Amino acid sequence: MTSPTDTKIRVLIAKPGLDGHDRGAKVVARALRDGGCEVIYTGIRQTPEMIAEAALQEDVDVVGLSILSGAHLELFPRVVAELKKRGVDDVLLFCGGIIPDEDTKSLEDLGFSAIFRPGTNTQDIVKFVYANVRK
Amino acid sequence: MDDLVERFLAGERRALARIISRVENGTPEGRDYLRALFPHSGKTHIIGITGGAGSGKSTLTGALTAEYRRRGKTVGIVAVDPSSPFTHGAILGDRIRMQDHALDPGVYVRSMAGRGALGGLAPTIDDVISIMDAFGFDYVLIETVGAGQDEVEIAGTALTTILVNNPGTGDDIQALKAGIIEIADILVVNKADHPGADILVSQLQALLSLAPKGSRRPPILKTTATRGEGFEALADAITAHRVELESTGQLEARLAEDARHQVLSIARSILLERIRAATPEPDLAALVQRVAARELDPHSAAEELAAAVAAQG
Repeated sequence: MTSPTDTKIRVLIAKPGLDGHDRGAKVVARALRDGGCEVIYTGIRQTPEMIAEAALQEDVDVVGLSILSGAHLELFPRVVAELKKRGVDDVLLFCGGIIPDEDTKSLEDLGFSAIFRPGTNTQDIVKFVYANVRK
Repeated sequence: MDDLVERFLAGERRALARIISRVENGTPEGRDYLRALFPHSGKTHIIGITGGAGSGKSTLTGALTAEYRRRGKTVGIVAVDPSSPFTHGAILGDRIRMQDHALDPGVYVRSMAGRGALGGLAPTIDDVISIMDAFGFDYVLIETVGAGQDEVEIAGTALTTILVNNPGTGDDIQALKAGIIEIADILVVNKADHPGADILVSQLQALLSLAPKGSRRPPILKTTATRGEGFEALADAITAHRVELESTGQLEARLAEDARHQVLSIARSILLERIRAATPEPDLAALVQRVAARELDPHSAAEELAAAVAAQG
């Protein structure tokens, strides 16, 4: 049993780009909340700069990106570059949404430790975060 | 300690963010950072923004920030949202309403979870505010958890407390009750474009006129935060409040009162920690079991715990 004042894992859930469907992001945010994390949710239509700046200011341990538009190979490298530019180089990165299998390698090379596609059990995401977070 | 303090004092925001995390978690390391940086604090005007859930606190915080940025001032924001009483997790969503300032180098926004604290704030809020203060922002805005009638803790942390009201949320008897309304230095009627705003203003005025002669009457201001209307007047009223505290000599008394509250509250938690450390869990479990079984009253049980610490000297 955790105590309410124990150190918590802080997670930023963000949606880069223009697609406005954030049900998936909200489901994941809720699952992580129920898993005992403190989840910062910044809403839809975030630029890579906004996401990186929020990660810096909130000093999160984990950044999860949700995308359905197909622009992940365009936007995710820019998020990673903006994080590096700010010296935020030690966060756990994961992503989810509509992401074709053939893009897996590119995203792994970018530093994403996991990709969660439709049908994922939310408990697997919670387990992934607790197992891999650098505390 | 590492070079974080140096980087903090040089104005590096990542160092600020990292130090806040350590201080927020209340670790011994966090207390070392607070000790090192506390002498740099005390220059910022700390403003509390409280009111019911959905009253527009986050949007109002964003709009007030925009007004300060027009005046060339820097702003730090701490926004508190509640933790789950069951899983202790939290969704911190106040940033969504402050996106206009997402990339402004003169604004820093930090979300905090309530972590079980009563009163609309978080257990280590005073320490986190001291760190933000030491960083050198002109203003630090604290947005509380959605507050009901009795969350008055904010007045002990902020110099100027703003209570956000909305039209259509209760008759004048609500405003007559004791509690949160008594701690407001400035009353705001937000969503002033909604029907009933003027009625609420006159109800609040009527209520304030019942106050004893000579007592302070907080100004009542109308804002429409979604359109940024009314914020020049609000920023002026906040400045006027500070000037009033300074010119009447109340400022020092107020700061001393806040410091007393803070020190006693920390002392209370230190004593509680000592009591827990002096009583092994099985002993504590046995003791509370006797209370649950009605063999011992809770006051006598607590005296027993306190006596165990006193015996250790």
